[in-house]
Amino acid sequence: MEIPYTIKARPDTGLFNAKLGIWLFLASEVMLFGALFSSYILLRIGSVEWPHHVLDVPLATVNTAVLITSSITMVMSWASLMMKDFKKYRLYMGATVLLGFGFLIIKYFEYTHHFHSGELPSHSTFFAIYFTMTGLHGLHVIGGMIVNSYFWGPGSKMWKTEPERFTNRIEVAGLYWHFVDLVWIFLFPVLYLL
Amino acid sequence: MELTHAEDVKKHVRVYVTVFVALLALTIVTVTISYLNLSVVPAIIVALIIASIKGSLVASYFMHLISEKKLIFAALILTVVFFLALIFIPLLAMSDRIH
Repeated sequence: MEIPYTIKARPDTGLFNAKLGIWLFLASEVMLFGALFSSYILLRIGSVEWPHHVLDVPLATVNTAVLITSSITMVMSWASLMMKDFKKYRLYMGATVLLGFGFLIIKYFEYTHHFHSGELPSHSTFFAIYFTMTGLHGLHVIGGMIVNSYFWGPGSKMWKTEPERFTNRIEVAGLYWHFVDLVWIFLFPVLYLL
Repeated sequence: MELTHAEDVKKHVRVYVTVFVALLALTIVTVTISYLNLSVVPAIIVALIIASIKGSLVASYFMHLISEKKLIFAALILTVVFFLALIFIPLLAMSDRIH
């Protein structure tokens, strides 16, 4: 059976189906991360003291820049498809995946440093919520990288047969990736700076 | 955005680069402010304002919300309402604690 409205907009919603689908999924993701931000506020208000600048701020600033850069390469990969330039698409999408990988490598160094210093989730309320929030965010980065790698590699065959449908798929993958960037934009000040 | 032509996309690319530079600049600003040793409440307010500006830039331009259909806005407004409930109801519960 053919999947309906992969290219053309559905008359009643004005959107192709996958776009409405991803936005509803992102709305549910807002609630998932929202619950954790709410927990963070309660834990912080209820605590006697809260650590300031105990995490590696310069390293996390670099990581923020890495993730923001991956967001622009992602949107450029979609824009390249809109301009029918498949080679540029591959270049930008490849960069997006590599930047996501770079983000995880930096996160890995941060985590191992904490583990070696005995700063496990059980160390304090702060480290418990820090690992929960950054861990869940990290899983989202891994998920996005899997999808993006597929669209860089085997999934990109669709460009030859159904270019418009493929462009829409990249737009939807992009919406997810930007959301992951957006969550980090809030996690960074909340956990590292305040 | 499904009817966008290649010429329009070229204009968009310039916007994307501008947004990218703004995001990097705001990141540097918020990090710098965090080293100024402001007291807790103003520090939180300033950091959250900057994060909200950055978040809006990403949502408006990278996720092209500014030119999106009404239905998505309707879904997002509903999400915002529930998100605020999620954040503020536990706080109300705390202020109502029996001592």
